[in-house]
Amino acid sequence: MNIVVCVKQVPDTAVERTLKPADRTLDRESLDGLINELDEYAIEEGLKIAEAHGGEVTIVSMGPDKAAESVRKALAMGANKAVHLSDGALAGSDALATSLALSAVIKQTGFDLVICGSEATDARTGVVPAMLAERLGVAQLTLASKVDISGSEVTIRRVTDDGYAVATASLPAVVSVVEKINEPRYPSFKGIMAAKKKPVQVLTLADAGIEAVAVGLGNAATAVTDFAARPPRAAGVIVKDEGDGGGKAAGFLAERKFI
Amino acid sequence: MAEVLVLAEHTADGEVKKVTLELLTAARRLGEPSAVWTGPGSAAGAARLAEYGAQKVYVADSVDFAGHLVAPAAELLARLVTEKSPAAVLVAGTAEGKEIAGRLAVKTGSGVLTDAVDVIAGPTGAPVAEQANFGGAITVQASVVKGTPIIAVRPNAVAAEPSAGAAVPEHVAFAASDAAKATTITERVVAERGARPDLTEAEIVVSGGRGTGSPEGFKVIETLADSLDAAVGASRAVTDAGWYPHQFQVGQTGKTVSPQLYVAVGISGAIQHRAGMQTSKTIVAVNKDPEAPIFEIADYGVVGDLFEVVPQLVEEIGKRKG
Repeated sequence: MNIVVCVKQVPDTAVERTLKPADRTLDRESLDGLINELDEYAIEEGLKIAEAHGGEVTIVSMGPDKAAESVRKALAMGANKAVHLSDGALAGSDALATSLALSAVIKQTGFDLVICGSEATDARTGVVPAMLAERLGVAQLTLASKVDISGSEVTIRRVTDDGYAVATASLPAVVSVVEKINEPRYPSFKGIMAAKKKPVQVLTLADAGIEAVAVGLGNAATAVTDFAARPPRAAGVIVKDEGDGGGKAAGFLAERKFI
Repeated sequence: MAEVLVLAEHTADGEVKKVTLELLTAARRLGEPSAVWTGPGSAAGAARLAEYGAQKVYVADSVDFAGHLVAPAAELLARLVTEKSPAAVLVAGTAEGKEIAGRLAVKTGSGVLTDAVDVIAGPTGAPVAEQANFGGAITVQASVVKGTPIIAVRPNAVAAEPSAGAAVPEHVAFAASDAAKATTITERVVAERGARPDLTEAEIVVSGGRGTGSPEGFKVIETLADSLDAAVGASRAVTDAGWYPHQFQVGQTGKTVSPQLYVAVGISGAIQHRAGMQTSKTIVAVNKDPEAPIFEIADYGVVGDLFEVVPQLVEEIGKRKG
């Protein structure tokens, strides 16, 4: 089976993130980049499926040159090869353009199964996996907390707002995963060494057959017109429980008319 | 006045979800709201839609919406966008709502804005969405500059206000294409939450974290929630440990909530949790660690053992509620 896993490098969520005043895009260069957390679960699921059913895992990533570190880490976890779409003209792409660019690369790579994290921690739109299914014209099996493959049938347990649903489709398909699905492996020393020799194909827009007018900040279908840091919350009242903490908290709730 | 399409969220027997009333309220600022009803129950739901200003209700009573994942709703909306040329399409900013919005954006070549916490008409009349990004650290104003603006609005962010509308039903003959039926739903399981409100729609959310220690310990969270008629939430530590079901997780990889009151019990308040709750209007925290970061954003905090503080709080709430 030909499995493509989409991997995005995102800024570490533990540090303060903001937009650059000049073009109102996320400052990716000056922040430490990590694999988007849910994408690690996607990689793990891809590796498990390849181990169980045979096949190859190809990492597809779109991002600046710096994202090569994350691509290499995905290979160290055990993926076979990678395609890294890196072109300055992609900077500032919105979800519509990102899904267009990724789908162009994935079509070129070929696939039976595309696996994504269900959202990225930077923009948190959660729309790209559904957009990929639409653009690739294949089944959408998203928000999976469990994936089962039997022959050419894929069945997932989909997390819903009020419980779960069981959904099934024939390959090829796009799957997105939530963190309940597995426990991502850490790259072993052997894996890290092996990753250095694994093939990484670096593509420009032209290589991928993507028109520059369809991507990037200037061609985005959405625009950020203004932004501001959220005003810090005013310091609250903190009390130490001396056998009366519950009563005091109730007093606060009553004062604010919650009870 | 231009039409604004609102995808209605409802149960099969026609109960309209609160977020739909919020969307209708936001849609009225942009034009005349037309609700889009997928599946059965529209006759029962029409009165509620009228109360919140829907002028029309497009009814597509097809089994394809319940039987197949996401794509049929996107297909229906794309058709209505072509036929009606609406000024905007508003959907609920739930995981599924966002997926529908995403597919619709591709089908219509339109920009999509997700997680809007407010929507207003901008200087040209086109919608401007306010978003809370990076876990609420910054507030962004964004607009759609290509195609039909598609906006997913976060539940509980816009206050629903009634305003009478005609809610004239218009039946739409719809059958999903084979491509839109690629994924079949074979089973739906609704988790038991008793009489508690929906997590993302609740006025009050009571969440428990690692400090509850065990599934048994977590029961104090449910007791406190019930005393406040609140929804129950959980931190990732709790759902990862299996003490409480995943769909109640609040935070970066879970749900984002913005209730009037958020009570965090035994939750340290790591940035990953704060990303899901820091736009709550009032925050109360109980934690034994005075250094817990949750206290930095709490309006009221109690440093103490939750197993002593919470039962006393529940008792006191009971007394005050009489």
